Amino acid sequence: MQLLNTLLIGITAGSIYSLMAIAFVLVWRSTRVVNFAQAGMALLSTYFGYEAVSRLGSFWIALPVAMIGGAIFAALVELILMRLLVKHASSGPIAGVAPIIATLGLLGVIKSVVTMIWGGQDLRIVAPISNNGFTINGETLVFSPLKLLVLVVVMVLLIMLSILFQKTNLGLALRASAHAPEIARLSGVRVDAVRTLGWALAGAAGAVAGLFQTVNGNGNFSPDSIEFSLLLVSGFIAAVIGGLDSLLGAVLGGLFLGISISFVLMYVSSGLFFIAPFVILLIVLFVRPQGIIGVKAGRRA
Amino acid sequence: MSLNVSNLTVHHGAICAVNQVSLAVPTGGLAAIIGSNGAGKTTLLRALSGLNKPTSGVVNWMGQTITAEKPEKLVRMGISHVSEGKSVIPELTVRENLELGAIWRKDGKEMKESLSQVIEIFPRLGERISQRSDSLSGGERQMLAIGRAIMSKPKLLLLDEPSLGLAPLVVEQIFQTIRDLTTQMRLTVVLVEQNAMGALKIADLGIVLNLGKVVAVDHAQALIQDPAVRAAYLGY
Repeated sequence: MQLLNTLLIGITAGSIYSLMAIAFVLVWRSTRVVNFAQAGMALLSTYFGYEAVSRLGSFWIALPVAMIGGAIFAALVELILMRLLVKHASSGPIAGVAPIIATLGLLGVIKSVVTMIWGGQDLRIVAPISNNGFTINGETLVFSPLKLLVLVVVMVLLIMLSILFQKTNLGLALRASAHAPEIARLSGVRVDAVRTLGWALAGAAGAVAGLFQTVNGNGNFSPDSIEFSLLLVSGFIAAVIGGLDSLLGAVLGGLFLGISISFVLMYVSSGLFFIAPFVILLIVLFVRPQGIIGVKAGRRA
Repeated sequence: MSLNVSNLTVHHGAICAVNQVSLAVPTGGLAAIIGSNGAGKTTLLRALSGLNKPTSGVVNWMGQTITAEKPEKLVRMGISHVSEGKSVIPELTVRENLELGAIWRKDGKEMKESLSQVIEIFPRLGERISQRSDSLSGGERQMLAIGRAIMSKPKLLLLDEPSLGLAPLVVEQIFQTIRDLTTQMRLTVVLVEQNAMGALKIADLGIVLNLGKVVAVDHAQALIQDPAVRAAYLGY
C-alpha cells in the first residue's frame, strides 16, 4: 500500500513538473532561450487565477482565465522584450547570454510588481474538490480526489497538445520552425509569429502548473512561495532530463523526476527535499548527458 | 523576361559577395549560374529568395519589384528556393516535409493533388512517405527537397547545388529530373552549380560568376564550347 501511495504521489507531482518542463521546452524550441522567468509567469498567472476565483467563485473558470492570461503575458514578453534584445544584441559574446540574463531580470521584476499589486502576504486558492486521501479497506491514502483530478486534467492537456503538434498544420509549422527556421520560412511559415505562439503556449502550460502546484500543496501562495521556486527548479531539471528539445522528453522527465523524488523522500529521508532533484539531475547527466530521449548531437550530412 | 535582376549588390559584413550583378531569365527558361567556390553564387540566390538583404539593385519578378521581400511572402508569389545541402528537416517524416511546402495554401484538396503529383514524379518518396527523412539516402533527400518546393506550386524555382555530395549516377538523374520539370511544368529555373558541365548540359542559359561579378553570359551550349570557360570551369 505504501508503495502504491508513493508511486501515485510521485506521478501527481511529476505531472505538474511535466507541464512546467513543457513550458521550458516550448520556449527553448522556439527561441533557443532558457526562460528563467517561467516561474514568475506561472506566479503571475496564479494571481490571475486567484482573481478569477474570488470574483467568479469557480476554479473551473479560473483555470482557463489563468491560461489565457499567462499566454497573453508570455506572448507580450516575446514580442516586446525578446525581439528587441535579439535585434540590439545580435553579435559578440553578449548575444548568446543576454536573453537568458534578461529572463532572470524579468523574474525579479514580475515578483516585485506582483508584490506591489497583491502584497507579499499569503493568499489562498481553495481546491475544487477534497484533498483528503481515498480510503481503501480502512487505510487512508495520501492520494486524493484532488490529486486524481490534477492527473486527469494534465493528461487531457497533454493529449490536446500532442494532437496540436502531430496532427495540425499549426503543429507542423511549430515543429518545422523549431528544427529548421530557414527551411520553414522558405516554405512560407511566418516563423516570427510561430515563435510568439510557442511562448504563448508555454505561458498557458506554466499557468496550469502554477495553479495546480498551489492547490496540490496547501492552497496558499505568495510571491515568495517555496512552491514556485520548487516548480522552477523541478521543471527545468525535468526538461533537461528529457533532452530540452523534446516535448515527450519533458513529460517523461517530469514523471521520472516526480516519482524519483517521491521514493527518495519516502524510503531514504524526507530531509532530502531540496537536494534530491539536483542529485537526480547529476546522475542523469552522468549516465545520459543527451537526456533520456535526446539524440547525441553530431554532424548531419 | 520574367526574372530581371539589375545591378544587384549584396554584402556580407564588409565583404562584397555579389557585385553589380545583372541578369535576365525568360519564362520557362533554365539558367545555370556557375563559378568556383566563393564566387557569390549562393549569396546571389539567397538574395533572390529574400534570405539575404541586398545592399543595392533591383529584383523584378513578373513585372513586380520584389527586392528585399521576405521569403515567406515570396513563396506565396510563386518563388521556391531549395537551399544548399539537401534542405530537408530530418526530424520530420517524408510526408511532413512535403506538406510543409504547401502549408501556406489554404485549400486542402489542392494540397492533396500536389502531393500525388510529387509522388508521381518521385515514386521513391511515395514508398517512404511515413519514414523519418533522416532515413533517406542523399539522392532521395534531394528529391524530397525539390518535392517540397514543388508542393508550393512554384513558377520560379531556385536550386542551390542540388548535385552536392551525390554519387555521379544520382547527379545525372537529378539533373535530368530538373530538366524534365522545367519543361513539363513550364517553370522558370535558376540553378546554381559547382558541377558546371552537368548544369550547362541541361540549361538554356549559362551565367559565369567570378568574385561576385558576371564574367560571361551566353547560351549554355555556346559556353560549353567557349575555350576560356572550358579551361577555367570545365577542366579541359
